[in-house]
Amino acid sequence: MEPWTNYRRETMTKTPKDTLVGIGKNLTDGIKKGTPPKIHIPVRSLSNVEFDEKSQKLRIGARMSEREFFNVSHTRKFLQTIEVASILKGLLDIGKHSSLRDVFYMAKRTIPGTKTNVVDQQTESDKAIEDLELMSGFSRENLHVNANKMGSVAGNVIIEDSGDTINWGKMGSGGWSIPSNVENIQFNKVNAKYIIYMEKAAVWERLHEDKFWKKQNCIIMSSQGQSTRGIRRLLQRLSSEHKLPIYVLTDNDPWGIYIYSVLKFGSISLAHMSEGLAISNIKYIGVTCDDVEKYQLQRHYIALNDKDIARVKQMREYEWFKHNKAWQRQFKMMLNAKAKVEIQALSARGITFISDTYLPEKIKNNEFIN
Amino acid sequence: MIILYQTTKYPAHLSNIPYNSEPKDYKMSSGSSLSVTTKDSERVSAEQLAKGHKEVGIAEFFARNKHLLGFDNKRKSLLTTIKEAVDNALDACEEAGILPEITVEIIEMSENRFRVIVEDNGPGIVKRNMGKIFAKLLYGSKFHSRKQQRGQQGIGISAAVMYAHHTTGRPAKIISKTNPKNPAHYIELTIDTKKNDAKILLDEEREWDKEHGTRIELDLEASYQKGSQSPDEYLKQTAVTNPHATIIYVNPKAVQYVFARASEKLPKKAKEILPHPYGVEIGDLIKMLQDTKEKTLLAFLQNNFSRVSKAVANEITANARMSAKMRPHSIHRDGAEALIKGIHTTKIMAPSTDCLSPISSELLERGLKKEIQAEFYASISRPAIVVNGNPLQVEVALAYGGNQTGDSPARLMRFANRVPLLYQAGGCGITRAVTGTNWKSYGIQQSGSNMPNGPLTIAVHISSVWVPFTSESKEAIAQNDEIIKEIKLALQDAGRKLAGYVKKKKHAKKRLERANLFERYIPEVAHSLAKLTGEPEAVLKHKLAEMTHKEELVARLSELHDTNVEYDESFANIGKEEEEAHLDPDEE
Repeated sequence: MEPWTNYRRETMTKTPKDTLVGIGKNLTDGIKKGTPPKIHIPVRSLSNVEFDEKSQKLRIGARMSEREFFNVSHTRKFLQTIEVASILKGLLDIGKHSSLRDVFYMAKRTIPGTKTNVVDQQTESDKAIEDLELMSGFSRENLHVNANKMGSVAGNVIIEDSGDTINWGKMGSGGWSIPSNVENIQFNKVNAKYIIYMEKAAVWERLHEDKFWKKQNCIIMSSQGQSTRGIRRLLQRLSSEHKLPIYVLTDNDPWGIYIYSVLKFGSISLAHMSEGLAISNIKYIGVTCDDVEKYQLQRHYIALNDKDIARVKQMREYEWFKHNKAWQRQFKMMLNAKAKVEIQALSARGITFISDTYLPEKIKNNEFIN
Repeated sequence: MIILYQTTKYPAHLSNIPYNSEPKDYKMSSGSSLSVTTKDSERVSAEQLAKGHKEVGIAEFFARNKHLLGFDNKRKSLLTTIKEAVDNALDACEEAGILPEITVEIIEMSENRFRVIVEDNGPGIVKRNMGKIFAKLLYGSKFHSRKQQRGQQGIGISAAVMYAHHTTGRPAKIISKTNPKNPAHYIELTIDTKKNDAKILLDEEREWDKEHGTRIELDLEASYQKGSQSPDEYLKQTAVTNPHATIIYVNPKAVQYVFARASEKLPKKAKEILPHPYGVEIGDLIKMLQDTKEKTLLAFLQNNFSRVSKAVANEITANARMSAKMRPHSIHRDGAEALIKGIHTTKIMAPSTDCLSPISSELLERGLKKEIQAEFYASISRPAIVVNGNPLQVEVALAYGGNQTGDSPARLMRFANRVPLLYQAGGCGITRAVTGTNWKSYGIQQSGSNMPNGPLTIAVHISSVWVPFTSESKEAIAQNDEIIKEIKLALQDAGRKLAGYVKKKKHAKKRLERANLFERYIPEVAHSLAKLTGEPEAVLKHKLAEMTHKEELVARLSELHDTNVEYDESFANIGKEEEEAHLDPDEE
């Protein structure tokens, strides 16, 4: 088991459980001496995220926020953090895993004498888990919490997971669904030249039906929308352990481009996980603004709304895009056109156009944005 | 007939008639198309009309306009009657230098009929004046005097006598004694509204077991109800603002209240003063010039006005470009006007405030303390100012928080010359000043120019030799800009004191609320931490509880409160509307 984060390396020698208990002990020792309890958590916002030129990854900065029990605006969050820590400690005690949802229900109860619950929404316990990842230096998977599985994969790959041998090429029309924790997967055989990761499950189904992965000898992978940690970790392992190039296929809009950005550089909210999740040599295959012209997709344009435009303008200022001429050009073209295009617009050229022509051509011609 | 002649004079009636037909039609005869307005038989001539014109007697006027005097309805009539009698009693005692002892009794005779008896230990009334005082409107000693008194016009008690007679047909019964050696005079009288004079029905000497004093008994149509506009409330507030008086009150339910004298000292006797030149109007001045016995203008000015020395009188005449030696009788309208201009271009000292007898802010505050169990009290006495040449002084007291309800408009208690004002709050200048003050800046809620909202009672007292009331019933102060401004200044002074307290309290309360919040979270956090670390939960709980400093905060908050030992719950409940009778559990 290997902690992923680039934060608090010194905790690495301890087990996850000892680390959590250590956080608690720190507080109880203080309380016994009359020190008001307080925890320190690195700030998770763009202002405390740095882009490391050398590794080409986002990295969390040094700024810490304090969470004090005796501060009315922190009190409930403080309790949430400690309560979730005790729940995770309990899971580690008995060696069982649970889902994010389970943790939410384990923490949820009404505080006596009030109408407030310890947690009202799952996002609150999820946040507490993220905070504990940061404080402990262990990923939530290390702390025995798994997210929902999401996303499918197909390809000429044989793996071993929890004692079962699985062939990604023989999983029927749905493919193999990717679990949230892929740490314990073993790759027995990987026979592929590259991986295409796509934003949309519908496109994945198209390619799977066309046996694209078989014809092109590649792996196709997707999730619905933003990629989960399990997928990112799986992609990273395939990239680093099997040196497979990864190409990203998304809609031609700022949200699609950000999916690529997260995969490649890491995300702002999980900047502390970049080390284990970001894949520097990932490439963007499409849909690009140039594709729109080349394949005359203009008639499938959807106008950018104000939110889209604002997002493009925000993204082009990101440190990791700011000096990238190719991306600046894409942003400029998108703003000029004031329009976006979905991947499925390619189907207008024929239902198998994407698998027969678009992708093979692009890969053959090495047409990527990096 | 003459009648149509007039009609034709008015072109308006002719507007539809072709112009060329005018000459012919002008000589009207009956039956012509022009008898538009009336039939002959309906028209009344000016001569005839003139026969209908006659002088309206002052008493007749008020008999018909009882509402102007405070006899609008049965409930109010009861209060007004008591108020006029008590005001007179207090004024009489104070003038004679006697510590007042007043008995008020209301007896319910039958439905809507009450007997009111008010007795004082004042100097008594000489026999020859009794009829006029009690049965002649606008007769009295106070109208012409310039000193602070409750009564002003000499209307009140006669109006009560008139109202009583009109509603029950019964005369007023008055007994008065001026000297312990002589017997008392007893008279029964009604008012002759035509002549505005007394109609004495019985006049005799009687033995009365009292050294001196006056007692009046009136039967009137009225209704009795407790509440903020009740005689109970009126007498209670009167007791508060007149601590030198003992008031014994028996209400129609035969409950006796004794408001015992709290001070053996009569209020500083208000001095009578001459009018201040700044307040004199031209009509008054002309009359004064004609009536004076002085031989020169200089002497006239010096001896008829306050704050006019020889030097000042000389300056006035110089500024008016008039000779100081002029004979006052020779000065008419133009001269008087020049004189007024002269007065206003001369700097004259403000009138002396000897003529005022303020309650003192401490006393006003003490009154609130007796009535309201609050957390904070503040009071302000402003220096006297001059309004229309008359000195006027404003005093304000506030009571905040405590057992007052927080989500209703503030309670306003209005007083003028020690008399509580219970009616016409809406039209009163005092109310205007309160609603026109920005209470938000003192931490009190207020929406727009409304009464502030919150656990607040405001008492405002105005003392002046001439309080400008909105009507003869003396229920509300006129909305005079200068007076409103002065009241606002007083409210602002008091408001600033209040703001300091409200701010401190809010701060302390917020800290306590925080401590309470932590207190609820402590068991939870202690539980979670114990689960995480294996440390004993109870120890963590205890240690964390210590860190909230809650006891300290509670103590600090209660220290902020004024401790009010003067609060008197039974006193506070006098005049309050009766609450629903609650069932005693033992009674089942």
